[in-house]
Amino acid sequence: MAENLIDARNLTRSFGGRPAVQDLDLTLDRGEILGFLGLNGAGKSTTLRMLAGTLAPSAGRISIAGIDLLSAPKPAKRKLGYLPEQPPLHPELTVSEYLRFCAEIHGVPRPRIRTAVRAVEEKTGLTQVERRLIRNLSRGYQQRVGIAQAILHEPEVLLLDEPTVGLDPAQIQDIRALIRSLGEAHSVIFSSHLLGEVQSLATRVVIIHEGRLAWSRPLVGPGSGIPTVAYRAGLRNPPPVEQLAVRTGAHGVTPLGAGWFRIEPPDGATDEFPRNFLDRAVRDGWAPFGLSAEEASLEAIFLSLTRGETPVPAEPAP
Amino acid sequence: MIRAIAKRELRSLFASPLAWVILAVVTLILGWIFLLQVDLFLRIMPRLALYRHAAGVTALVVMPMFHSAIVILLLVIPLLTMRLVSDERRQKTLELLYAAPLGTVDLVGGKYLGILGFLLILLALIFLMPLSLELGTHLDWGLVASGLLGLFLVMAAFAAAGLYLSSLTEQPILAAISTFGLLLFLWIIAWAAKGHGPGSHILRYASLLNHFSAFARGDVQVSNIAYYLIFTLTFLILTGRRFDADHLEH
Repeated sequence: MAENLIDARNLTRSFGGRPAVQDLDLTLDRGEILGFLGLNGAGKSTTLRMLAGTLAPSAGRISIAGIDLLSAPKPAKRKLGYLPEQPPLHPELTVSEYLRFCAEIHGVPRPRIRTAVRAVEEKTGLTQVERRLIRNLSRGYQQRVGIAQAILHEPEVLLLDEPTVGLDPAQIQDIRALIRSLGEAHSVIFSSHLLGEVQSLATRVVIIHEGRLAWSRPLVGPGSGIPTVAYRAGLRNPPPVEQLAVRTGAHGVTPLGAGWFRIEPPDGATDEFPRNFLDRAVRDGWAPFGLSAEEASLEAIFLSLTRGETPVPAEPAP
Repeated sequence: MIRAIAKRELRSLFASPLAWVILAVVTLILGWIFLLQVDLFLRIMPRLALYRHAAGVTALVVMPMFHSAIVILLLVIPLLTMRLVSDERRQKTLELLYAAPLGTVDLVGGKYLGILGFLLILLALIFLMPLSLELGTHLDWGLVASGLLGLFLVMAAFAAAGLYLSSLTEQPILAAISTFGLLLFLWIIAWAAKGHGPGSHILRYASLLNHFSAFARGDVQVSNIAYYLIFTLTFLILTGRRFDADHLEH
């Protein structure tokens, strides 16, 4: 059942007359992990700050679980957990002191604070360091404290701004595993400029470029995935290349050798195209022995988008 | 919510050596001044006995000490308030408060009560010195109470100004210097009002010092209390407006 936890419409924000985010529509459904992808300076942090209610949009509206963030900020913010780009830590406090403070300002009822802090320390692996000063923790542990702070009051929506930036590879793995497990109980938006990260964590990806929504697509589930740019067909008994294109309605055909051909479907082709292609191949006696889809990598899409080209790249990914 | 922020503020203050050093230095200097006043009083006491309505120990020892305390507070409070907001701005921890379900009143109130809590501790330490006189003589409690009230109101006003100026910048040192400058200016503004020229009563009214002098004479007037309360409230409201403006940053 889809339910919009975040529904942002026409979000616009400019700084000193220069637009940072323009006319951005963004929704987050329950149970989604949304990867928010963009180059540095694309407007990711600005968008997340607006969604978190720490920055007022110049125009547009935001509703969090059906509550308007701008007209009723307090009840809306109770549903949100937010980790800013730079974790908002007080270095002079110990981990548990800090988390207790965060619980208090987020309105966790007094008798529940102790158990809430303990539970979140366990979840984020901070139990060992709870009595240490935040100042003395490694960057990875500090990031965990930042995430702990965001999930402490059990918000329905988590906003994580570049949660793995500045960490070493082992720490990155830890934080990713943590985010993946958080996705079971919360709906998450995390921003990143790393494609692999988005591909491995997110159930949906939104690419933002120069403050505008450039691409949005689920990565799992029905109707998902990255568009197929071409098929590879293996034919034991192929006709001449020109004939192949004409008879199957393909946009282009490139022989790859050893009986393999790269077949580009025509614009607007559906799932029917490969089936028809196979039917044809069988009927005409080309003796097909293989057919596979060649997907554009997220990287190729991302790069073509950010270079201002069409969403589906002309060149196949390596 | 206010309590949580105030408590955190107080904790962070005591987590830094600054707070302890300030408590120690203020106590040391005021202790020295206090002893000098006691010494002076002991020397002139025989002559005082000749007068019928001579000033007592409270007026001659405690009140001058309170006056000195204000001068020291003028130097010290900017150092205490300078980091209240500027440090959070620099470390980007304000985002935590802004993202939490808090209102502007919670933010300003929490910050302000945090620093006020510290100043109350300082006031208690200052108060202990005259209290020790009670061992050997009798204090004029009415006068002491009036002086303490005045001292507290001055502290409250200084702290509010410090809080506001701290909210304007990322650099604690700028906040400290501008707070000190503002307070000192409001302190000496009445120096220009020696005669009875036009506007001199305005200058005299604006002075932070003049309003305290009445308290030190045991003269508790609503107008003087109101002056400090309005001063404090003005800066607290300005601080709130500064916080609100953060959401609209350009």
